[in-house]
Parts: sequence; C-alpha cells; structure tokens
Amino acid sequence: MDIANYLYLSAALFTIGAVGVIVRRNAIVVFMCVELMLNAANLAFVTFSRLNGNLDGQVASFFTMVVAACEVVVGLAIIVTIFRSRRSASVDDASLLKR
Amino acid sequence: MKANNYLVYLIALPLFSAALLLLLGRIADKWGHLLATLVSASTFAIGAYEFFAMRSRSGVDRAITQHVIQWISVGTLKVDGALLLDQLSICFVLLITGVGTLIHIYSISYMEHDENRRRFFAYLNLFIAAMLLLVLADSYLSLYVGWEGVGLASYLLIGFWNQRPAYATAAKKAFVANRVGDVGLSLAIIIAFTQFGTVSFAGVKAGAPHASSAALTAIGAMLLLAAAGKSAQFPLQSWLGDAMAGPTPVSALIHAATMVTAGVYLITRSNFIFDASSTARLLVVIVGAITLLFGAIIGTAKDDIKKALAASTMSQIGYMILATGLGPIGYAFAILHLLTHGFFKAGMFLGAGSVMHGMDDEVNMRRYGGLAKFMPITAITFGFGYLAILGIPPFAGFYSKDKIIETAFNAGGNKGWILGGAALLGAAITAFYMTRVVVLTFIGAKRWDSMAHPHESPLLMWLPMAILAIGSVTSGFLLSSGSALVHWLQPIVNAGNVEGGKELMKPLTVSLLALGVVVIGAGAAIIKYRTVASEAPSNISIFTKAARKDLYQDSFNEAVLMRPGQGLTDTLVKTDHNLIDGAVRGVGWTLNTISSAARSIQNGYVRSYALIMVLGTLALVATVWLVTL
Repeated sequence: MDIANYLYLSAALFTIGAVGVIVRRNAIVVFMCVELMLNAANLAFVTFSRLNGNLDGQVASFFTMVVAACEVVVGLAIIVTIFRSRRSASVDDASLLKR
Repeated sequence: MKANNYLVYLIALPLFSAALLLLLGRIADKWGHLLATLVSASTFAIGAYEFFAMRSRSGVDRAITQHVIQWISVGTLKVDGALLLDQLSICFVLLITGVGTLIHIYSISYMEHDENRRRFFAYLNLFIAAMLLLVLADSYLSLYVGWEGVGLASYLLIGFWNQRPAYATAAKKAFVANRVGDVGLSLAIIIAFTQFGTVSFAGVKAGAPHASSAALTAIGAMLLLAAAGKSAQFPLQSWLGDAMAGPTPVSALIHAATMVTAGVYLITRSNFIFDASSTARLLVVIVGAITLLFGAIIGTAKDDIKKALAASTMSQIGYMILATGLGPIGYAFAILHLLTHGFFKAGMFLGAGSVMHGMDDEVNMRRYGGLAKFMPITAITFGFGYLAILGIPPFAGFYSKDKIIETAFNAGGNKGWILGGAALLGAAITAFYMTRVVVLTFIGAKRWDSMAHPHESPLLMWLPMAILAIGSVTSGFLLSSGSALVHWLQPIVNAGNVEGGKELMKPLTVSLLALGVVVIGAGAAIIKYRTVASEAPSNISIFTKAARKDLYQDSFNEAVLMRPGQGLTDTLVKTDHNLIDGAVRGVGWTLNTISSAARSIQNGYVRSYALIMVLGTLALVATVWLVTL
C-alpha cells in the first residue's frame, strides 16, 4: 500500500482534531480532540520512521505518548475542579482570564 | 612693589560685620548700626593710614600688593586672590570709606524709625566691602567679584522697602540692566584671557602693545558696555531714575558717589586698552557726550527731587566717561571730577533726604518752596553743592568740569568742536535744572499744605552734610592746585606726554565761556520758576513731555527689547507646547490606540486562542513552504 495514504490519514485526523478544538464547547470533547491531534502526529512519526528505515520516529512517538499521559492527568484534574466549582464543563464559561 | 598686610582688613572688616549683623538677627537690633558705623570708620582709618604711608614712599614703591590666597589654578589660567593698592585705588578707597562713613552716621538718624535698621546697615557694610574689593582687585576676575557684589548690595538696598511692589520692581530693573553690562565685562575678561593668557591688570598691560587692534577694540567696547551698565550710561541708563526708590542715604552713597562711578574706574584702570585703540576711545566719547546731554535734558523736567538729582548724576558721569575717552590727561580729569562729584552730589542727596525728612517724605518739588527759612543748614549745605556742580569758582566743580570741557575742545578738529560744544551745552542745561531744583525747593512761596511742619534735621544728619559741603568747597582747589591729582595719578595713566599739546582754547577762555553759559542757564531757570503751580502743568510742549518720560528710554526698551523678547518666549512656549509636547503626546496616543486594538484579541475564550494558534501555525507553515518552494 502506498505510504502516502498513512500521511493523508494523519492529516485528516489532525484536521478533525483541530476543528474540534475550535468549534466544540464541552471541555471533555475539546480534550479528546487534543488527544486526536497528538495521535495524528504520532501516526506521522511512525510513518516517517518506516519511510526512512530507522527508529527515530518511533522513539519520538513514545515520548509523545508519555507526555500525553501526563497531560491527561493534569488536564482532567483541572476540568473536574472547574466542573465542581461552576457546575459546567463548557470552555466558554471559563473565560475569567480576560478580567 | 612692596607687600603689605593691612589691605585685607579693608574688605574683611565690613564683610564680617555685615555677616554678623545678618546672622545675629534681632539680638543685634540695639547696637547693629553702631557696629556698622564703627567698622566703616575703621576702614576709613586704615585707608587714611595707607594713604599717608603711600605718600611717604616714592616712585614705584608707592603701589603695594597683598597676596591673600591662590584662588584659581586651572591649566594655564592662574588667578591669585591678591589685592593691589596704588595711586588710583587709594583715591577710591578714601572716597568710599570717607563718604561711606559720613553716610553711615547720617543713616543712624535717618533710618531711626525703621524697624529694619540693622538689616539696612548690614547691607551698607556689604556694599562697602564689595566696593573696596572692586577697587583693590589686582585682576579683572577679582574685580568682577566686587563688581557683582556692589550690584547685589545695590539691588538689596534699592528694594529695601520691598513691601511696595513698585520699589521691588525698581530693584529688579536695576539688577537686569546691570546684568546686560555684566555680560560685557565677562566677555571682556574672556577675550583678554584668550589674547593674553592672563587676566591680571599687570599681565594685560604688558601684553596690550603686542595684541591685535581688533582684539583691543573688542575688549574696549565690552568694557564700555560694562561701564555703561554700572554707571547708567547710554544705552543702559534707564535704571538709575527708578533706583531712587531706595532710602535716600543709599541714593547718596551708591547711586551718586561711589558705585555708579565704578564704570569710570574700570575705564581708567584699563587705560592701556583704550590708549591702544582709537575706535574704543571714540565709542567712549560718543557714549559720554550723549549721556551728559541726555541726563541733563531729563533733569530739566523731573518734579521728583531725587529723580532730578539722579538725572544730574547720570549727566555728570557722562562728563567723566567723556573725559576718559579723551586720552591720557582725560583720565586724571575724570577722576578729579569723580572725587569732587562724590562730595557735592552726595551732599546734595543728603540735603534732599533732609528735606524729605522734614516734609514727611514728600518728594515732589512743586509741593516745596521757601524751605530755606525753615531748614537753614540744609539750604546752605545744599547751596554749596549747587554752586559746586555749576562750576562757580572757587567751588569744586569749577576745577574739574572746566578741565573736562577744555580737554574736550582740545581734542582737535571737528571732534573737538562737537565734544566741547556738547560739554558746554551740558553745563548750561546743568545750570538750568540745578537752579530749578534750588528755586523750587528753597526759594519762592511755600506750596506745601498746612499739615506739613518743615523743620531742620538733627545733628547726626546735618553734620555729614556740613562735612560734605566743606568738601564741595575745598576739594577741587586742594586736588588741582599745582596739578596735584594729575601728578599723583601720573604712574597709572601716563598723562605726562600730552601736556603742552596744541591748545584750541586757552583755559581762561573756556572758564569764561562756561561761566557765561552757566549764568544764562541759571538766569533762565530763575525767571521761569520764580512762581510755579503746585500741580505740574499738562499743556506742555512735546519736548517737556519727552523729558518727563525720560526721553522715552523705557518705551524704547519696551518696544525694542521687551516686546520682541516676549514674542520670542511666546513663540518658544507655543513651539514647546505644540511641537515638542505634541510629538511626545503623539507617541503616547499612537501606542495607546494600537494596544487598545490589540487588547480586543485577548477575549478570554480558549477557543479563540486556539483558533489564533492554528492560524499562526498555518501562516508559519505557509511561509516555510513558500520560502523553500
């Protein structure tokens, strides 16, 4: 199979994730879209690793997974805390930084 | 030259006394005036001692110096704080301390009811110290210190009653007019330093023959500007009339006898500059001739007795300046006239003060009349001064003023006729206005209202007047018998080489001519002012109107100097406000507007931040793609 198809899939996943971050209000969904973008990047890494015949890209994708795992812990903690205090998981309600 | 250790006390004593009186404050109220008078008298004693010591020496040993401190030592500029007492300075030392002491005595009584009498005497002592520093300095820079010191004392004393705004303004006016002259003096010092590398009198004198004539003319012109400022000469004369706002003893001491003659001293002291530059000499005689007529004309129209005398002072100093411009022999006659003028003008000012004292501070001569009966001593002493200024023999002015007129005629050619004619005309007008003062004040019908009780002044006031009157009678004869003063000043002004030059007129002719015009002038005044109204008439000729307004000198200054100056500052203020402030405010406004616009991006919505991030990333990728394409 043509290796470019993996890259098309990666680009499509990344775009879906980016659009999701921008258009969705629910913080959990936004979070899921961020994960989607990270995994799209991972897919691209692995594809290039295969293309170049070395393991650099696969190592990089492991790093990404580790960082994403940490991020999930911190991010979900923040979302839960906000939900507890405001009874809402909408990102538009949490616009306090402006004021 | 010998060294001597007493000179510094001449300056230190009055300076110390002034500082003491000012610092002690009210504690010194009871005895401040006595201390100041005592100090002034002791400076006179030192001066007299130095004079006799100087007379007992001969030739080059007469001039003495005292090195006080090494004042400035920067690169090639070395100025020692040294004092120089020679034949010229001793004349001034005796005049300043002598007349100064008499006026201290007079002021004890004159200022008796003033609650700030102690402060007044402190300023008087400050003036004595500064004036002595001025005449004892051995370099232009030290002279400059004294020059500024007397300006300060003059300012403080003119504005002594500064609770009246008009008097405070008069003091400021005097200070500003003097400042213009001071610029001239500092420029002269700067040019002298660049030319000669030194500012001491001896150094400049030694260098003068080798300097370029342009430099000498520039120094001479700047010194003349300085002299014009301090001595109220054309075109800086306008402050002297207003300076009469000060207490009358101040007018007598500072604005008649001593400080205003500092210009004559400066030119005489710098004779080596003026001898070497005929252009500078010409400027000096022009200024002198204009001022002597200018002052005399103003004097004819003033109803304020002190302002009439001030105009007369201006005119008489014009004579002295004229004389200093007439070459070596002129310097000696200028100093001769300066000394005799010091006596008779100070005496007349004290007389005017005595009249004001008896007439409840009334200064308008049209409200006097017939006062000779009530104030006989004042009238007699004033009369002696009057005869002296007219130049009636054997009074002092006869010896000094006729010499100046004679020297002016002998200047030769058209110049001689013009200068001599101006001096002679000035003498006639002097006779006219001085007779007017005497007739209006002491003779004729009484024009004061019934509230006034004219009375003779107390002993402490008339005694100094009497001593000055004796001086008005005798000083001219004593100083000029056997050309005493001319020979005395010979080493300074180098006058000998012109004696016996060509004479346009014999001394006797000049004296008779001068006497003739004086009689005409005096007679005209007697006829015109035998009877006057107690109010100044208003239907007057335009000449009288001009003379009453000081020949429009204030209007001239206002139109030519003040208004354009104000216009300039207005323009500068507007430029500052609109252009410079505008630019600064514009920068602030621009930044503010840009940041307001930029702030609207910060709306707090995570999604819009994310969008901006995506757009930014897209832009970045697009840029990289385009560049690498």
